[in-house]
Amino acid sequence: MRNPVLKVKDLRTSFLTDDGEIPAVNGISFEVNPGEVLGIVGESGCGKSVTSLSIMGLVPTPPGKIQGEILYNNENLIRASEKRMRQIRGNDIAMIFQEPMTSLNPVFTIGNQLIEAIRIHKKWPKNKAKMRAIEILKQVGLPRAEELMNEYPHQLSGGMRQRVMIAMAMVCEPKLLIADEPTTALDVTIQAQILDLMKRLNKETDTAIMMITHDLGVVAQMCERIVVMYAGEVVEEADVKTIFKHPKHPYTVGLIQSVPDMRLKKDRLYSIPGNVPKPGSTKTGCQFAPRCPHRNERCLAETPPLDTLETGQKVRCWLYQEGKGVEAIGRAVGKG
Amino acid sequence: MLTYTIRRLVTLIPVLFGMILIVFSLIHAIPGNPAKVILGQQATKEAVAALSKDLGLDKPIHIQFIDYIKQLLHGDLGESIRTKAPISEEIWPYLAATIELSIVAMIIAIVIGVNAGIISAWFQNSWFDYIAMLLALIGVSMPIFWLGLMEQYTFAIHWDLLPTTGRDNIRDPVEAITHLYLLDTLLQGRFDQFIEVIKHLILPGFALGTIPMAIIARITRSSMLEVMRSDYIRTARAKGLGSFWVVYKHSLKNALIPVITVIGLQTGLLLGGAILTETIFGWPGIGSYIYEAIQNRDYPVIQSGILVIASIFVLINLVVDLLYAAIDPRIKYR
Repeated sequence: MRNPVLKVKDLRTSFLTDDGEIPAVNGISFEVNPGEVLGIVGESGCGKSVTSLSIMGLVPTPPGKIQGEILYNNENLIRASEKRMRQIRGNDIAMIFQEPMTSLNPVFTIGNQLIEAIRIHKKWPKNKAKMRAIEILKQVGLPRAEELMNEYPHQLSGGMRQRVMIAMAMVCEPKLLIADEPTTALDVTIQAQILDLMKRLNKETDTAIMMITHDLGVVAQMCERIVVMYAGEVVEEADVKTIFKHPKHPYTVGLIQSVPDMRLKKDRLYSIPGNVPKPGSTKTGCQFAPRCPHRNERCLAETPPLDTLETGQKVRCWLYQEGKGVEAIGRAVGKG
Repeated sequence: MLTYTIRRLVTLIPVLFGMILIVFSLIHAIPGNPAKVILGQQATKEAVAALSKDLGLDKPIHIQFIDYIKQLLHGDLGESIRTKAPISEEIWPYLAATIELSIVAMIIAIVIGVNAGIISAWFQNSWFDYIAMLLALIGVSMPIFWLGLMEQYTFAIHWDLLPTTGRDNIRDPVEAITHLYLLDTLLQGRFDQFIEVIKHLILPGFALGTIPMAIIARITRSSMLEVMRSDYIRTARAKGLGSFWVVYKHSLKNALIPVITVIGLQTGLLLGGAILTETIFGWPGIGSYIYEAIQNRDYPVIQSGILVIASIFVLINLVVDLLYAAIDPRIKYR
């Protein structure tokens, strides 16, 4: 196996507020391998977006505070200068966002914004950059690429704008593309098209994709490996088949159970009781314990470590530490 | 853009019509016989009758209005009662003086105000931000006449760096061609006079520009702060763009709409409201011209002065509207 493109080690991002330091990401570690699609899954507010912004160096410090290691080609991005980060952003690591409607600058043409993305990193003459811009627009499946160059974002639909965003991110052929809920704001049919496009670009260009989402459907369709986050921590990590067939962490189990299944006729869809704890309200013990149906006293008192099981699956839960009920919960899900 | 411009021009017609109607009724708002008011209590009956005829006040009011519009369409603003000269010819040197001063004042206000606002937003809550915004607050609250007098005392009298009053050196006056002295001196190749004219412009320019500068700085700052939080600025940064371009290209163009609105309004106000500055600095501008006319009850001049200033105001607003569309492509389609 090749060296990972990105290695995140014990990343902690917190924000200094009037109420003190509030942690948003609480010591997470994961790796992204070249050419793979990694899914990062979790509910809103679990620290997914802050993780991606931390990697891009787009968390303003202060009030933000980032600790740990983010290794890109063995270079720790947390220590990198702003100048170095500017070289990396867009060129090595690119990012697309949730809101295609507002993520493009309304007062510049598509062409202007695309050519700019190229010329920041490559000292190409304008004409060559323009040719490349048209080429990438065609590559992301946009019709009338030449005309689009002179059009403004408001003349495009949401799906087209997200394609332009993807084109802009992919134009310098980055090693890693961070996609922060890229399809959340789109219609279902458009969602499928955008996911297909990203999958195709991933195959064609060998760009690794870090897919941040709360949508398990997206994950199942796109990803090879999955990291499940809860309250700023990684609670489970495994390949996509294992996650869906043998989920270990009670939170993952709950997430999968709450996806509607056409084959099962149930009166009521499962939902995990309770809410995600507010950042800053974290306490000792397992963060998920207050909502967990399997909790015991130890869960409330001590924080479980992220443990690697024999299968290679990583899980943060006392149940598997004690060696009991390992498969019992997995089966209780009634899936697969 | 062309259709948008035409559409905007068409909407000007009712505005101009309303404006003319108001200016026209000004003279009729005078209680009693306007001619008598203009000439004063001691005027003879014959003189009053003659002036009434001159002003066309003896005709029915709707005929008077039509005549007035006809006259305006021929570029005729009537005659001054005091000097008997056609106002359309007499007004230009004054207007030119005011336009020149206002342009200089606005350039000072825009260059300093916009940049101070941008830097304040960029380094929000820094010492620069605090000092700039404190100065802006002082600037808005400053009475212009006081500021003008302080400027004169400091720079003209105490340090003797700049002239106190006037537009040019009276011992070597500028030979007027367009009455815009900066242009005239350049056309004649008189660079010594050009420098002299600039020296005369600095103090009144700063006095007149202070309030707009402060307002522009505050609007630019708040508008920039709002834009800099938006998603597309995050996108620009995610592309690897440096802060300077993020601020001066991506943020500024989006933040300009409210800034231009304020610049337009302030320019209009300068043209009409420069009378204090003009008086203090002995500036022979339109403010002084109208002020003199008011003292002499020269109604046709007052009327025309107001009409000219109001028209310029309307034109500036048209330019502002066209600039909106040039800056933000979404506006044309609304």
